Amino acid sequence: MVSAFAAIGELFKPKTFSGLFGAAPSVAIASLGLAFHKHGADYVRTQAKAMLLGSVAMLLYCTLCVAIAKRKQVPIWLGAGLSWIAWFAAAFALFALVRSGGVA
Amino acid sequence: MNAPELAPQQLRNTKAWEYAVRFFFGGAIALGTGLIGKQWGPFVAGLFLAFPAILPASITLVKQHDGRRQALEDARGARLGSIGLAAFAATVVVAAGGLSPWIVLAAAAAMWALVDVGLWFLRYSAEETV
Repeated sequence: MVSAFAAIGELFKPKTFSGLFGAAPSVAIASLGLAFHKHGADYVRTQAKAMLLGSVAMLLYCTLCVAIAKRKQVPIWLGAGLSWIAWFAAAFALFALVRSGGVA
Repeated sequence: MNAPELAPQQLRNTKAWEYAVRFFFGGAIALGTGLIGKQWGPFVAGLFLAFPAILPASITLVKQHDGRRQALEDARGARLGSIGLAAFAATVVVAAGGLSPWIVLAAAAAMWALVDVGLWFLRYSAEETV
């Protein structure tokens, strides 16, 4: 699924459009399909609520990648890899916030 | 007005190992999500459904093939795509339980595509293609 989305993305230009496929729900489709089968709809709904928070962290991650790509002195592989830390920080901060509100 | 174009010749530039790298990262996160779900429950596991598993590899490969400017454009596209990812998740939240699983996932994927393409036209269709 992941490789299929990557290949579809590369079928298009410009890169702003093919880049959409870099944030495609390829892992989510496969994982939620299995979760429906194994655990049922309530489990899937809970995962999807959390995925919404993860998407906010993803937006932050991509914004950092844009900023890194503009700075020629920073290797892209290094900046994009280190930005994972920002994703973890944002996702788990949001998780803590939601849990303190009694949702998770 | 600019519109996305099919450019299948770009596929020739991509080597098999480059798909394998994405497959590896995507597979690792899918497997990891299942294991995290067992250990810490579905909410923590669900966070990882929006983990940017393949983006570092994708952006790095675009930079190697097409240069830094194109890698920047790719990252800008992914930034827009993260909003579509949220639309996918929101659709599953609303529809799960009331419909067949495959209809839920198909509707969510359709919403992802609709939001992504709609936002792309709003944001980039008037911009000069690089």
